[in-house]
Amino acid sequence: MSWMKQTFNSSIGRKFAMALSALFLMFFLLQHFAINFTSVFSEQVFNDLSHFMGTNPLVQFALQPILIFGVVYHFVMGFVLEAKNRNARAVKYAKNNGAANSTWFSRNMIYSGMVILLFLAVHFYDFWIPEISTKYIQGDMSGLLANGEFRYYEEMVEKFHDPIRTGIYVLAFVFLALHLMHGFQSAFQSVGARHNKYTPAIQKLGKLYAIVIPAGFIFIALFHHLTGH
Amino acid sequence: MSANKGLNLTLKVWRQKNQDDKGQMETYQVKDISTDSSFLEMMDILNEQLIAEDKEPVAFDHDCREGICGMCSMYINGEAHGPGRGITTCQLHMREFNDGDTIYIEPWRAKAFPVIKDLVVDRGAFDRIMAAGGFVSVNTSGNTQDANAIPIEKANADKAFDAATCIGCGACVASCKNASAMLFVSAKVSQFALLPQGQVEAAERVQNMVKVMDEEGFGNCSNTGACEVECPKGISLENIARMNREYLSASFKSEEV
Repeated sequence: MSWMKQTFNSSIGRKFAMALSALFLMFFLLQHFAINFTSVFSEQVFNDLSHFMGTNPLVQFALQPILIFGVVYHFVMGFVLEAKNRNARAVKYAKNNGAANSTWFSRNMIYSGMVILLFLAVHFYDFWIPEISTKYIQGDMSGLLANGEFRYYEEMVEKFHDPIRTGIYVLAFVFLALHLMHGFQSAFQSVGARHNKYTPAIQKLGKLYAIVIPAGFIFIALFHHLTGH
Repeated sequence: MSANKGLNLTLKVWRQKNQDDKGQMETYQVKDISTDSSFLEMMDILNEQLIAEDKEPVAFDHDCREGICGMCSMYINGEAHGPGRGITTCQLHMREFNDGDTIYIEPWRAKAFPVIKDLVVDRGAFDRIMAAGGFVSVNTSGNTQDANAIPIEKANADKAFDAATCIGCGACVASCKNASAMLFVSAKVSQFALLPQGQVEAAERVQNMVKVMDEEGFGNCSNTGACEVECPKGISLENIARMNREYLSASFKSEEV
């Protein structure tokens, strides 16, 4: 397997792996958004979907570990590459005009990424850790409240009471949008998927995705903050 | 036509005695520079002035002064080869500047391109990458096929030619926030991979060239696209995508375990 080690330790191999994890995360984000969005119009649909995702063995024990690996790889390698890249230019320019040749998002992926990572810590503390604790430590797989109703919608709405938490979520989604502005099309370039005919469409789709998905998440957070009971 | 009024400029130039010297920016004034002169002519005037003052002239690389040799290499006002697109430093003219401007002039900055003196950097890393595979092996048996006898699809011939216009100046490395050499290496990989003569060794070539590129200490590509914008020859990012494909397919298909 030394060829694999060699490939994935090379500059191109790492870039490929960053792109693969990014593509997986973007797909995950889309389904996360789709499920969350149901909470806007139907408590029951949201509860049913949440219960399915939270208890289905394939989701829990196959997809969830892949997701965790993808997230961890993406940010750990992001830091490793950033350190290597900084090291590749030991003496900085006295004057550098980055805006002349590249976008702000593309040059600051590490910063938008760091904000998203901090947000993930908050998000895991809010939802993922209590979820894992309820299901796998307390062993309650029913997904029910004491009154016999599903707990998912209630738990979510309760979290968005807090204006500070809602504010943190909204801000994090803005940084997510900045990250995706460059990240979406960059992932395609990294895996070598570039074609005169399709690349302009991929770039447009990337911008659309980078705006619509985070804006949608912001809408959901604000919706529950403003209408929550 | 009205007579050109000369420019009075403040130059902030990187001065460094040798590879071991720490180096620093020095400030110089030049007066009455014609807007018709090229940037390098302006540097010549500065050097004449320094010599007259019994000071050490500024060392900088230059050769053909017509944008084809790839020797000139200045980072001017925060951009490789200065403002303007599709040109090298020697093709930059003083009409791009205004009277009273302050101009920053620095060498290419990359760990893989150590400064030799002032604005001169050692771009030997590019030569070592080329030596690792940037060629087509030929035998001298006397029966080498005439290149014109090999049919090549026009689209591929054009793309190979576009890639081959890379002059190896290093502006891509200098512009990249990561000091990555991927645009250069991908141009060299592409110019051969697109042609039948180069395809025989394509897999081995891309692996060897990328290996040396990584060993030389260039950074990693993060697709900002700065290289493509600053490249005097307009080498496209399409080449980097092609190199990614070539490298990955070579790695996965290779018989070596």
